[in-house]
Amino acid sequence: MASLRTLLARPWIWSFFGALLVWLATIAFTGGYGGGGMITAALSLAVFTVIVGVGQMFVITLGPGNVDLSLPANIGLASAVAMKVMDGNDAMIAVGLLAALACGMAIGAVNYLLIWALRIPPIIATLSASFVIQSVDISYGRGLQIKPPPGFADFTNWQVFGIPVLAILTVLFTIGAGIVLQRMIYGRSVLAIGQNIRAAWLAGVNVGRTRFLTYTLSGALGGLDGALLAGYFRGANVDIGNEYLLASIAVVVIGGTSVAGGKANVPGVWGAALFLVLLLTMLNTFGVSVGVRLVLTGLIIVGVITAAGGQKALR
Amino acid sequence: MLRSLLPALSLALVLIAIAWLNPRAISYFGFSLMLNLAIPIALATIAQMFVIAGNELDLSIGTFVGFVGCVTATWLKDAPLLGVVILLGSIGVYALLGALIHLRNLPSIVVTLGMSFVWQGMAILILPKPGGKAPDWLLALMAFKPPFIPFPIIAALLIAAVVHFGLMRTSYGVILRGSGGNSAALKRAGWSLLRTKIALFALTGLFGVLSGMALIGITTSADANIGNGYTLLSIAGVILGGGEFVGGRVSPIGAVIGALTLALAASPLLTFMHIPPDWQVAANGAILIIVLAARVLISRRER
Repeated sequence: MASLRTLLARPWIWSFFGALLVWLATIAFTGGYGGGGMITAALSLAVFTVIVGVGQMFVITLGPGNVDLSLPANIGLASAVAMKVMDGNDAMIAVGLLAALACGMAIGAVNYLLIWALRIPPIIATLSASFVIQSVDISYGRGLQIKPPPGFADFTNWQVFGIPVLAILTVLFTIGAGIVLQRMIYGRSVLAIGQNIRAAWLAGVNVGRTRFLTYTLSGALGGLDGALLAGYFRGANVDIGNEYLLASIAVVVIGGTSVAGGKANVPGVWGAALFLVLLLTMLNTFGVSVGVRLVLTGLIIVGVITAAGGQKALR
Repeated sequence: MLRSLLPALSLALVLIAIAWLNPRAISYFGFSLMLNLAIPIALATIAQMFVIAGNELDLSIGTFVGFVGCVTATWLKDAPLLGVVILLGSIGVYALLGALIHLRNLPSIVVTLGMSFVWQGMAILILPKPGGKAPDWLLALMAFKPPFIPFPIIAALLIAAVVHFGLMRTSYGVILRGSGGNSAALKRAGWSLLRTKIALFALTGLFGVLSGMALIGITTSADANIGNGYTLLSIAGVILGGGEFVGGRVSPIGAVIGALTLALAASPLLTFMHIPPDWQVAANGAILIIVLAARVLISRRER
């Protein structure tokens, strides 16, 4: 009983609870049909939100005003870069992935350079950067039908006993991210900066380097996500990352990470991503129109956050 | 002193760049064309400024403007009374959001993020396909051509003056800004923080409604996605105008100037400046970066 109570006290449990509830509602509607397939599909799609969500989580944890709005543009450009470097050739998969990572890291580094050199709020810096990246992507990927190599497309769609391999790898990655956040100097520095940037600086935390690394990390994860998305959907395009602006912020906050910074929650990102994907599947299964689907999605997000309640001293 | 002049200097910088690239643009017709969308952008920026004054952020203002646009192009024309009721009701929804955010101590980013889906969904339900038509009186108002000074400039001056007076010169305006500056002090002085939050959100709703209506008056018909870009534009406008995310430090005049700067940067005139369509979005970003860089240089010299 006591262990159940400590489990319920964890903020991330609610997002998993919500995901389970939505899944049950859907299979109740279909009469138990397709419940397993739904989980497979949800896991495959949630992976992409989780990867950028973790990057966004590190950035948001740095404190109020820190957010990476360049992720959609970053994903779009990296997807094009990866597909172009791979050039449909299985032998170039690793090189293409590295190119996408490098592209994302460069974008992250430029973001921090703008924040640092111009002393502007990260929202504005990453927003301005995303405009420029978008143009680069449009002119770089113009008129190209870029397909992934068959081996890469198969890898991103690979399943073992109905569980996507990419999802397993992403679970390992998120466990790693949790260890980095809670047990390593870098992660503790991110949390310390988010709680009180001045106190962290006085305590000897290298604030500039930690923030630089965090924006670069977020950029790198955006780049990786772009390459994987292009593999999964069998092609790169400029708009491939558009939905991940709102999704990356939403999963972080629904997952229990504080927008005031200094308090991150890794498992919650998974729960919230599954919740959002399953919610979409449920509304599609019910056969509602796009308009109704959007209204319900919005009301449920507001409802969830109201029920979960805010913490003290937010924003 | 120089710092408060920075937004104006930014605007001057962009104007000089335009005059240098295309001298013919500096004319009555040129300004009317370049500042075509300045009125709705300025109104949306003012809307965003009110929530920022209370240390909150509204990520739904863009889709809200789109929703208002759809109502304006359908019900406000065909059944004006119902249209007015819906628009007033939507301001009421904003007020309720303010109350909810205060009472449950919720992060406004998430609540308004959720609401952005709601407004967009309702806009699609009202107008599944682009269409509708603006009421005639609205079309006539937005097509107004005063002598000598283009209408967008007069409207911008009017908006800036009215909001400046209301927020910076009245005693309740001070209370509203104080709720972002030092809420604890305000509470101890006996003011209701719930009421200030409701007031700020209701004002955001009101100016969002005005922005949507002005937009439809210019474009003549609506589309559910018409306002989507306004969320980020409005935030950028407030910051360009010298506002800050926390501390209740905002400036209505600065916000309007910031909105004008962005409207110029996003104007159709970029096409005539030999900038290929692929790079027009980049030009917007570059202008933002250059203006902000200039700001840093100026404030560094001041120190």
